[in-house]
Amino acid sequence: MHELAVCQALMNQVESIAAERNARSVVTITIGMGPLSGVEAQLLKHAYPVASAGTIAEGAVLVIQELPVRIRCNRCGCESEASPNKLLCAECGEWHTTLISGDEMMLMSVELERSDTPAAELLH
Amino acid sequence: MCDTCGCNITHGNEGLIRPGGKLAKTESGREAVTVLHSLLDENDHTARHNREHFDSHNVLAINLMSSPGAGKTALLEATIQQLKAEIGKDMSIAVIEGDLETENDAERIRKHGVEAIQIATGSACHLDAHMVHQALHNLKLDDIDVVFIENVGNLVCPASFDLGQHLNVTLLSVPEGDDKPAKYPVMFRAADLVLISKSDLLPILDDFKPEKARQYLHDIASAAPVLELSSKDASGLDDWFDWLYGHIQRQRDYLAEHPVAAGHHHHHHEHEHEHQHHHHHVHGQD
Repeated sequence: MHELAVCQALMNQVESIAAERNARSVVTITIGMGPLSGVEAQLLKHAYPVASAGTIAEGAVLVIQELPVRIRCNRCGCESEASPNKLLCAECGEWHTTLISGDEMMLMSVELERSDTPAAELLH
Repeated sequence: MCDTCGCNITHGNEGLIRPGGKLAKTESGREAVTVLHSLLDENDHTARHNREHFDSHNVLAINLMSSPGAGKTALLEATIQQLKAEIGKDMSIAVIEGDLETENDAERIRKHGVEAIQIATGSACHLDAHMVHQALHNLKLDDIDVVFIENVGNLVCPASFDLGQHLNVTLLSVPEGDDKPAKYPVMFRAADLVLISKSDLLPILDDFKPEKARQYLHDIASAAPVLELSSKDASGLDDWFDWLYGHIQRQRDYLAEHPVAAGHHHHHHEHEHEHQHHHHHVHGQD
């Protein structure tokens, strides 16, 4: 279960972005993840409330975009979707393929509440 | 995959992850920031630093991974014994051991007169670059050719964390079954070499077919070489040594062409910076 460690690394990144931008709070965190990243989206979701508690991102919505496994055949050049343990070309069956998507675990974007927002609009 | 040059955006995933109009439109008072960094940016940064440290000492770093009990420590012991026994085999090694608890594995290595640093990870199921960085403070690399980093026995978590190694070696022991690469594709895809360990058990556990293991590795598009060996009866160790010497030489040739002298100069400065970094975040890794 390394998802908590991954989630804490995510919180560190979000906190430093929020501090850089002088944000008052974090509204949404969007991450992209493929099945070959080695991180389970469900476990990450469970770890998130624990890791975000007490940070500027506490209460922010975590959006996880699950990315498909896609490969390019080194022989025929065909691109196809694949399952994580069958990275074979859908066209010719070749196993010499290159992964072009599916191993990402990436912080894609952060939506922040700016600190110059009028006080009435704020949560706190 | 790195995060600095944008190469983690491939044309395969570009359409999926480039922010569309949705992210551009935000409510008033809000700001959408596009980041596109790996979640493990911090770890990867320290890993690069560790790799520079190895490079500046002409050391090849190998990350050994497997499930618990597949024979990582036994392989290291057999390797050390073989090195002592055979005149002309000139390779000096050091070991970083990762386990949740105990100094047992480091003590096994030290008995053979080889320097070993034990990292007790506590509850963490994997080593990360910061832990290895800490261990490197206590490891003299002068006159060392190869550092083996024996990761926590686990076929899941260690695969996601770059430690600054040059190569990954994954052990698959015969009692585990030949379909492990299909069950743990992330781990086996990361392997630069797969060792089928405890091969002396092949005649007894004859449902393990090395050919099937190779087939499963091809299914995950792995072109890593596969060697069969037994630390117990020393069979197959010669192929292992050939692979090791080949990579030590390759690393030396590479460093001769790409000297790290420039990086070495600001190394100490960065070292201190890293150190503070580490303390700042260390609690997050537990």
